[in-house]
Amino acid sequence: MVSGKFLNSFKWFRKDLTNIKDLELWEIEEIMALAKVFKESIVNKLGKLPYQRGKTIVNLFLEPSTRTRNAFEMSAYRLGADVLSVNSSASSITKGETLKDTAKNLEAITADMIIIRHSAAGAAKYLAERLQIPVINAGDGAHAHPTQALLDTFTLREKFGGDLKGKKVTILGDILFSRVARSNICCLEKQGVDVVLSGPSTLVPREFEKMGVKVCHDLKEAVKDADAVMLLRIQHERQSANYFPSISEYANVFGLNRLREEYLKKDAIIMHPGPINRGVEVDTYLADSPRSVILSQVTNGVAVRMAVIHLCLSAASKIK
Amino acid sequence: MKNFTVKNARVVDPANNIDKIADVYVSNGKFVSQSPDGAVVIDANGMLLMPGIVDIHAHLREPGQTSKETIKTGTSAAAAGGITSVVAMPNTVPAVDNPATVKLIDELIKQNAVVKVYQTGCITEGRAGQKLAPIGSLKKAGVVAITDDGGCVQNSELMRNALQYADMFGLLVMDHCQEATLTAKGQVHEGEWSCKLGLAGWPSAGEDLIVSRDVILSHYTGARVHLQHLSSGYSVDIVRRAKARGIKVSAEATPHHIALTDAACDGFDTNAKMNPPLRAESDRLSIIKGLCDGTIDVIATDHAPHSVNDKDKEFDYAAFGIIGFETSFSVCYEALVKSGAMPLEKLVALMTCNPARLLDLDAGTLSCGASADFVLIDLDAEYVYGKTFSRSSNSPWFGKKLCAKVMQTFVDGRRVYSAENGIEV
Repeated sequence: MVSGKFLNSFKWFRKDLTNIKDLELWEIEEIMALAKVFKESIVNKLGKLPYQRGKTIVNLFLEPSTRTRNAFEMSAYRLGADVLSVNSSASSITKGETLKDTAKNLEAITADMIIIRHSAAGAAKYLAERLQIPVINAGDGAHAHPTQALLDTFTLREKFGGDLKGKKVTILGDILFSRVARSNICCLEKQGVDVVLSGPSTLVPREFEKMGVKVCHDLKEAVKDADAVMLLRIQHERQSANYFPSISEYANVFGLNRLREEYLKKDAIIMHPGPINRGVEVDTYLADSPRSVILSQVTNGVAVRMAVIHLCLSAASKIK
Repeated sequence: MKNFTVKNARVVDPANNIDKIADVYVSNGKFVSQSPDGAVVIDANGMLLMPGIVDIHAHLREPGQTSKETIKTGTSAAAAGGITSVVAMPNTVPAVDNPATVKLIDELIKQNAVVKVYQTGCITEGRAGQKLAPIGSLKKAGVVAITDDGGCVQNSELMRNALQYADMFGLLVMDHCQEATLTAKGQVHEGEWSCKLGLAGWPSAGEDLIVSRDVILSHYTGARVHLQHLSSGYSVDIVRRAKARGIKVSAEATPHHIALTDAACDGFDTNAKMNPPLRAESDRLSIIKGLCDGTIDVIATDHAPHSVNDKDKEFDYAAFGIIGFETSFSVCYEALVKSGAMPLEKLVALMTCNPARLLDLDAGTLSCGASADFVLIDLDAEYVYGKTFSRSSNSPWFGKKLCAKVMQTFVDGRRVYSAENGIEV
């Protein structure tokens, strides 16, 4: 069990987590500290913890998701909470109800928290401003995916220690449409990490340099000093819109494979938010190599989401 | 009050090169040269007296979308903003693509309008961009220009024919410049903020392409073309060079593209969602430069009312546009005159005589014999924009402090609005 004194030592005051941009560094540190304790509880097979027993969390996923939805569900169960899952096809949104009305109804049936995934950027913030109960963003369009960025930071810290200042992380792939990339850029920059973006120029426009990162379209140059390479899934639908000629050309130019492993530093790690397209952005050899921390990311996702759920629910009960 | 004299006004009438303290005389709805018999005296106390504002780009939503605006509410808001002539866009439901609809709306205008309303017709049937609307019949029915505003004719052959054909009737074609393959998904200007917010970009190249096409077609056919609400700095350059070559092109800019940038979209404020989108600071400065050097001829609001239901949504699903009648002068005065970019007389020209000349309207001047449409404005007054006569309140300035307050608005020598009493008809 985690000591009550420890659990009450947090200064966290937000009922919602909709993006990383809002967070101060100390808030990220609090999430990391709590996630670390929850990770230990997972590793030590402590099973369900009782801290949010009696609470009901609604997973409002209006866009397909497996990993994130399951991870949030698992996190909620591990805190003793109950979970109600609403997905797009079963929701009233298909009957023309507005997002606001759907969410207000969930609040009215006494949900204690909404975790939302939505195709429109800004949707989580939109709800957070209109509901009394906490809202956690599980991905809004191409805008933000804060818990993914936090679990990536947690994973990087497991590898490189608590201070990531001066480390170099290269994010490779479809950056333009990636909420994971945007949240990671924000989260890593707050910790003094040098971020490099790479991928096809159509999906990695120079405009991103206004976010304070480096854009480099030469794969070798982009990854050569990296401590970690974060791969993003190449979405097949982008190819039909001619952002690049074909999946095989993408693999030829930007795929990380056994040959290109020699570009990497000896101890560089490979990360991926999933789902992986083996043979496209990364080949099987590398995805399953000791460099890969892809499955650790998934486990860490449970611990980090437990921390976020716990902090936001606790803050909300204090606000009341 | 048929005959009256306004004393002690700072009279600005760019059509006559006037900016001086003077008296203005009105008799039977017209400006006259001397104090008429039995004139009532109004003391302006040094306030600005200028021609009523002529707004050549507005959406009144009636018929068809009266939950957003009606002719009555829209023209009331216009009066409160010192606007005495409104040119209504044809994207009503049904669209103004036939003379019968023009007649129907004329009736509604006669019954309900607080200020003068002129109609435009569509370039193509149903604004669908497929087949020319009956442009000659629309002209006969009284439209003052044609436009598919809100959409843009993508087919260049059709646009060429529209320009050539409308020119035969002396009708101006006004184009909303957007190349659909580049702009269809766009939510905000493609740049720093589309990047940061993860919203689909509306690239300025999407405007520049059609601005260039229209300039080329105008040159080729010899017909006039008017480019609506320029937002891209590069487009301003294209128009400047076209004018230098004598091409018959004109252009307008909106108060929001003059005063705001895409940074206003931070926080996903749907009142910063417009089409064309708010752009970068460099674009904004180019628009201002274009207004100062005569490249852009007219300021027009693109008054676009939307109900709360249309705007209180996820950004991607919210409607484009903001209301602009009531804030137009205040916003432009602050951004253009107070900032030192241009003298007051220039601003007044951009809002009055220039648009009136463009569409040959009896408006925009204090000349003797002209309709006595004018407005009294207290340039020093600050006020909070806290209520609106519009049926909608979708404005980024709603609840904000503005300067230069419209005190009284007159149409045909009749006071239709005063800050004290509101609408007076």
